[in-house]
Amino acid sequence: MQSKQVNKKVYNDKTENNAERAPRPEKQTSIFVKRKRSFTLVFLGIIALFAVSALITEYNVITGFESIPKAVVWMAKQFIPDAKAWSRLSSILKKLAETALVSVAVTVCAAICAFFLSLFGTKTTKAHPLVARIVRIIAAFFRNVPDVVWAMLLLFSFGQNILTGFFALFFATFGMLTRAFIETIDEVSASCVEALYATGATSLQTVFNGVIPSSMPEIVSWVLYMIETNIRSSTLIGMLTATGIGYLFDLYYKRMDYGSASLVVIAIVILVIAIEIISNRIRKVIM
Amino acid sequence: MSELNMTEKLPVYIDIKEYMRKTRSGKIKTTAKSKGGIAIRITIFALVALTVYGFLTFDYKDIDMAKAVAGTWNNAKVLFGQPKLTYNTLAGALKELLVTFSLGALSTIFGAIIAFFGALLCAKNIANPIVSGITKSFVAFIRAVPTILWVLIFTVAAGLGSVAAVIGLTFHSCGYLIKAYAESIEEVDAGTIEALKASGASFWQIVFQAMLPSSISRMTAWTFLRFEINFTNAIAVGAAAGAGGIGFDLYMAGSHYFDLRELGFITYIVFAAVILLEILATGIKAKVK
Repeated sequence: MQSKQVNKKVYNDKTENNAERAPRPEKQTSIFVKRKRSFTLVFLGIIALFAVSALITEYNVITGFESIPKAVVWMAKQFIPDAKAWSRLSSILKKLAETALVSVAVTVCAAICAFFLSLFGTKTTKAHPLVARIVRIIAAFFRNVPDVVWAMLLLFSFGQNILTGFFALFFATFGMLTRAFIETIDEVSASCVEALYATGATSLQTVFNGVIPSSMPEIVSWVLYMIETNIRSSTLIGMLTATGIGYLFDLYYKRMDYGSASLVVIAIVILVIAIEIISNRIRKVIM
Repeated sequence: MSELNMTEKLPVYIDIKEYMRKTRSGKIKTTAKSKGGIAIRITIFALVALTVYGFLTFDYKDIDMAKAVAGTWNNAKVLFGQPKLTYNTLAGALKELLVTFSLGALSTIFGAIIAFFGALLCAKNIANPIVSGITKSFVAFIRAVPTILWVLIFTVAAGLGSVAAVIGLTFHSCGYLIKAYAESIEEVDAGTIEALKASGASFWQIVFQAMLPSSISRMTAWTFLRFEINFTNAIAVGAAAGAGGIGFDLYMAGSHYFDLRELGFITYIVFAAVILLEILATGIKAKVK
């Protein structure tokens, strides 16, 4: 009896001791509690954001869900190329080729300019910090002014010309690529540049023997990605500036000639997927 | 004598000569010949050739370049130098900005939710290879159609307004995020999944205990990147499809009122919003990591 009591006391003591030391294990379990709590908070935050956004845009969730099957049915009925559409195939392909060439030309020109500018923006060439900062500000400026604004601005003087779309895309691409190239060069060629400087190479030698060879695969990969993106954005710019394949789609769409419009969409899809497959192949070899 | 014979028999000497390449002036080339290097050269050459061909064949419609460039320069000075609102009030413009922001937020939320489940079907390390292949090609198709075309297609079915804009934007976000999420899931350590499988964990347990914790930071970063893209896309969609928001104001100022100062003011508002978003996104990315 006594011993049992003693045991109990000992046991109690133990638990008391545990309670005293408790903070540590409690903290360990609280990681899960914390995770759960933060998860709940984020979840509630997203729901609140959703509710507020839906209220502001007058978005109706039910109409939204209903419209998807409606759109699918409509597409299956009307959005199929008919005989009239096929007769326009040659003019569609001509505009498609023009759009593809514009996006390649824009990306190549922007990449050349961006590469030269990014050399002044990286740490590797040891340009003056002030110069590097200015370069970054220029890149941020071109990147963050939406391409719609460039299109509107250029429309005033260039009119409905192929060059309007060209320059609108050029400015946006230039900003994007400059930042991407600066980051790539800093990341990829840091170690070999350091080694070259240690052997006494000049800035120019470092660029040609260190920066260019080591960052070229990444840069080509970025250029391929931008060509893909630009084909998609040139559709939109084309609508605003009345050039290229975007204009053709807009024309058929507004005339409610949905058969021809659908053929334009199919042509764009095939072009984009073809470019994606080609660039993935190239990426596999060069990376 | 015998030593000399020995060295002559060693293949090392010959090998070096075979692999050592010299330039015409006799300098030893220090770069190795590689498949990648040749591929890069061919790619660059092809791209430059296409560019030159493009410039030669474009239909310029006899444009006077000097005049157009000078005109654009003057317009740009007015646009960025003298911003002023005439047709809009500041409060009205900020409200429209909020609408654009909400369009971007809604489509990102929808896109992220759908993409999460889509990515589970798509990621090579958990999905059935056949299902993965089908999903991947379906997603590639969705991604290939430009956002604006999705919006216009849904405008016919759902009428002009926020519904068409949100669903159109969501379609493209899904395509983009499924690919990004699937790639983050594929980077999850195969050992963790195997260990959980061996201990008898169900599919959803594996997803929520192994995949989500180890790829959530990357997925969050992708989602925020997409939100930035959706915001700028919402501006463009508003301008080209009349879906409302600040983009529509841009379009009206540029193509209806022909008012450069108004265009400039709205541009500055958009500019400030985009930079704020970028700062926010960088902050969140740093916190998640």
